[in-house]
Amino acid sequence: MPVQYVSIVEEHLATRQAAGLFDVSHMGRLLVEGPAAIDWLEGLLTRRVADLAVGRARYTLVTGVDSTAEETTAPPVILDDAVVTRLADADDGTPRLLLVVNASNASRVIRWLESQLPARGVRLTDRTAATAMIAVQGPLVFGSGGLLQQVCTADTAAMLAALPVYGAVETTVANTPAVVSRTGYTGEDGIELVVDADAALPVWQQLLTAGRDRGGRPCGLGSRDTLRLEAGMPLYGHELTELTDPAAIGLGRAVQGEGRSFPGVAELAARREAGGRQRVGLQFAAKRAARQGDPILLPGADQACGEVTSGSFSPTLGCGIAMAMVEPAVAAVGTELEATVRGSRLPARVVPLPFYRRPRGAS
Amino acid sequence: MDKPRRYAKSHEWARLEDDGVVTVGISAYAVEALTDLVFMQLPEVGATVTAGESFGEIESVKAVSDLYAPISGEVVAVNAELPGKLETLGDDPYGSGWVIKIKPADVGQLETLLDQTAYDTLVGSESH
Repeated sequence: MPVQYVSIVEEHLATRQAAGLFDVSHMGRLLVEGPAAIDWLEGLLTRRVADLAVGRARYTLVTGVDSTAEETTAPPVILDDAVVTRLADADDGTPRLLLVVNASNASRVIRWLESQLPARGVRLTDRTAATAMIAVQGPLVFGSGGLLQQVCTADTAAMLAALPVYGAVETTVANTPAVVSRTGYTGEDGIELVVDADAALPVWQQLLTAGRDRGGRPCGLGSRDTLRLEAGMPLYGHELTELTDPAAIGLGRAVQGEGRSFPGVAELAARREAGGRQRVGLQFAAKRAARQGDPILLPGADQACGEVTSGSFSPTLGCGIAMAMVEPAVAAVGTELEATVRGSRLPARVVPLPFYRRPRGAS
Repeated sequence: MDKPRRYAKSHEWARLEDDGVVTVGISAYAVEALTDLVFMQLPEVGATVTAGESFGEIESVKAVSDLYAPISGEVVAVNAELPGKLETLGDDPYGSGWVIKIKPADVGQLETLLDQTAYDTLVGSESH
């Protein structure tokens, strides 16, 4: 995936106004199968898996011990965030689940999961290289004349249009078997689809062709980042790290700790108890934004009260925006702050998250 | 006919004017490659710049880039309208999109820069 095909801003606006196509095949795709697959994941993920119905997906954190940690007795940390999807059971009734993880964390997540495999009952397969993943996002994905209507049969398009958010189904898109889920990382409605790697190119080309005349575009990593930032979505390595308190960055609901025993359940509870810096949205007066690592200060102060985790020009708002971790005392909406950006201090105001919410009623 | 331009490998252009001052800007190729510009920081008039060293910066949605002086000397003019109208850089990179004017310490330094043919070759190899 390139940073940009043409322009980050053009690709960003195309996704907001029409449709953006993202080749996210770099993300890790792990298939978990077997009679004990559900129980096994229930014991490992921060979200419940035991009550996950066929055709439903959940956003979750993956906690565990980083096998590259110096001490083998190191406490569990947040290794990644992920989406777990319960696929249709195999013909013999065996559960099948798909776990999509970040590319940057895939190898250590796989190492961790492999170290936790029981002697029997669960098979873990890395399907990353054998499959491709395409995110199709924006108001032109669904609806009359939308991309899906053009590349699916009428029945399939109608079935996908009825798919709830975080619903998933195995069907045929662009004449190709695909796992389709109503998920995304842009703040727009849309789908993500997983197809066999051999079939990916024609699927991509059909989707491109279907959107081309109405503003659909291929989009790169740059616009993927500005879109998720406007939507207030955390990114591992930025807002979310090994030692994050999930509730402090708006991910409290990604942790279902009560009565459960996933790795790190006690550590996460202790972090919540300890409190500390919390995530805020910052809006800058001008186009320029602070970036990750830039300090946040009160006007006139010389002691930092926070740090930027992600920042960029916002194509939708036309000004700089950022997410930052700040002391609770300066986290209230409306607080005037400053960011030090390569020597100059940029004024910024704490604003509600997300920065962008798609218009109600829009598909 | 325009006066000939010389180019730094870092994509700034320099043009010796009749009054002995050197006008400096950013090549059309570089502006095109930067895309989505959001901010530009320029030196003050009177500042001293050194060939090959940063005299300002330009920021796009994608990244922050330094601007490097193609020639040493004193800054005698700054295009103050530019930071508020960054699209001028792309619309007219060799005219109203000029960035600074330098009174050169040694005008002979221009000869060390790439001429148009050599720069076109550099850009051709970068874009392929």
